[in-house]
Amino acid sequence: MAFVYCSLMHRMIAPTFTLRHLGDHCLSLDFGDTILAETGLICLAAAEKIRLAHLAGVTDVVPSYTSVAVHYYAEPLTGLPNFQSLSDSLTALIQAGLAPASHAQRTVDIPVCYGGEHGPDLSDVAKATGLTEQQVIQMHCAPGSMVFMLGFAPGHPYIGIHDPLFALPRRDVPRTVVPAGSVAIANRQSTIYPTRLPGGWHILGATPLKLFDLTRVQPTLLLPGDHIRFIPISPKEFDHLAAAQSQVQA
Amino acid sequence: MSMIIVKPGMLSTFQDLGRFGQQHLGVSVAGAMDQRAHRLANLLVGNDPALATLEITLTGPTLRFTKPCCLALCGADLSATLNGQPFALNRPIIVRAKDELSFGVRQHGTRAYLAVYGGFALTPVLGSTSTYLRSAMGGWQGRALRRDDEIPLLRPLKNKGLEDLAMDLWSLKIYLPGALAESRQPFVRLMKGQQWDEFTPESCAALLTEPYRISPDSERMGYRLQGAPLLMTTPRQMISEGTTFGSIQVPAGGQPIVLMADRQTTGGYPKIAYVASIDLPRLAQMGPGDMVSFNAISLEQAQALDLARTQAFATLAQALQPVRTLLLNH
Repeated sequence: MAFVYCSLMHRMIAPTFTLRHLGDHCLSLDFGDTILAETGLICLAAAEKIRLAHLAGVTDVVPSYTSVAVHYYAEPLTGLPNFQSLSDSLTALIQAGLAPASHAQRTVDIPVCYGGEHGPDLSDVAKATGLTEQQVIQMHCAPGSMVFMLGFAPGHPYIGIHDPLFALPRRDVPRTVVPAGSVAIANRQSTIYPTRLPGGWHILGATPLKLFDLTRVQPTLLLPGDHIRFIPISPKEFDHLAAAQSQVQA
Repeated sequence: MSMIIVKPGMLSTFQDLGRFGQQHLGVSVAGAMDQRAHRLANLLVGNDPALATLEITLTGPTLRFTKPCCLALCGADLSATLNGQPFALNRPIIVRAKDELSFGVRQHGTRAYLAVYGGFALTPVLGSTSTYLRSAMGGWQGRALRRDDEIPLLRPLKNKGLEDLAMDLWSLKIYLPGALAESRQPFVRLMKGQQWDEFTPESCAALLTEPYRISPDSERMGYRLQGAPLLMTTPRQMISEGTTFGSIQVPAGGQPIVLMADRQTTGGYPKIAYVASIDLPRLAQMGPGDMVSFNAISLEQAQALDLARTQAFATLAQALQPVRTLLLNH
């Protein structure tokens, strides 16, 4: 992971990709078909470059683990862009070379109160992985985690890519309600629930931070490409931080 | 100078063209389900199509206006009346202070769009006035309208000369270009997606020949379809990726879901096909219990049809210059 990042930082790359339509107003650039840190970094770099190119008619550039979705509308006078013209522009843009995504510089600390009422699945995850609860926490806090995409709900991050031991499928029966701030894992990824939502991931703990807040200039706490440091805190620290957050709100 | 909600109706929310530029943050686009009717309503009162209209669902509200204004109502025919008299669809109409607009029996369609000249006074959130209910964002306080809400209007009209204006507007001939008429096609057209070939030949044939019923839990987020199951030859896990208005995704059970205006920004189900944008308004006007049949067209055809509609809107906007002149000079 660290190696991949350094190699991207020091040289421009021109990755191979394929193009396909996602309907008549969106196309997808596909950089691979497996969830890999390297592919995720390429998607972030490509999305950044496409966004900064401000191509006419492009409204949204959405990176995910292996692809970048580019949403667009044609101008009535020229009829452009269409799938073919936008494919040509994007191909030229990517083939000119990608620099690493700039957000990859940022590291965000996420305090997490593991286990107890905040992390009802910590003991199950320990059993499933053959680790102690303490080892699960240590492994979850290991360096190298990054936000690969936001989706599902405003500010909802997909963070990876964790140790293969965390390759747990989602729960058979999803919870109808997961509290806001819950930190959960599945399939070598973590997420943090921005609001009360249904969810089937294994809940290890909770953070008092607000993931999405319209009163902030940047409403999402995290952006694709952010490095993440999970930091264990006690229930007392959690309450203290949560109270401080709501005071800021007031 | 406001619109008072006497009765809220089943689900009345403000919607515009959508909240673009935020999907990479997980923020849904939302916006009008029937973009055709939304645009048309705005153009008919001389507005920019980017302004919010009121999206009215099945059972309409009762609305009282405290000042004269100019309205247009498009989309579903929900038997609208003004002070008890039939209210014409698809044209600009002057209403007076204390007039009441109400709705009755559904004649056809599911969603009506009400535009007011100058627009409703709403605060944009992340660049859009569309209501996204799941995040309580945008529109009027992030929610559907309730009884006694008072929505300010940005440009009410003066009483002076109002009757002349009403007569002048009524005598204007307004022709809708053919490309803007409501689709009378018996099919909803779709484009095959990349995963089309991963579905069994029987599934692909079924999607193009069998009718599907729109299930009762269909709403702004997605339409669940009931019919012949769509099965992959070799089922596999998909990696989450960006979603689009009209994606036909297929969960493990094989009953497809068409993603609509309030879709989540990313999703990981296989997508067998995509509804062509030209027919999304038609689908948005269908409702629970309605039967839908699909017909495949190419991406190039879909883009050509969509472009023809976009250009027809541009032509109509020019043709409606007399409406804007009349309203501006009032």
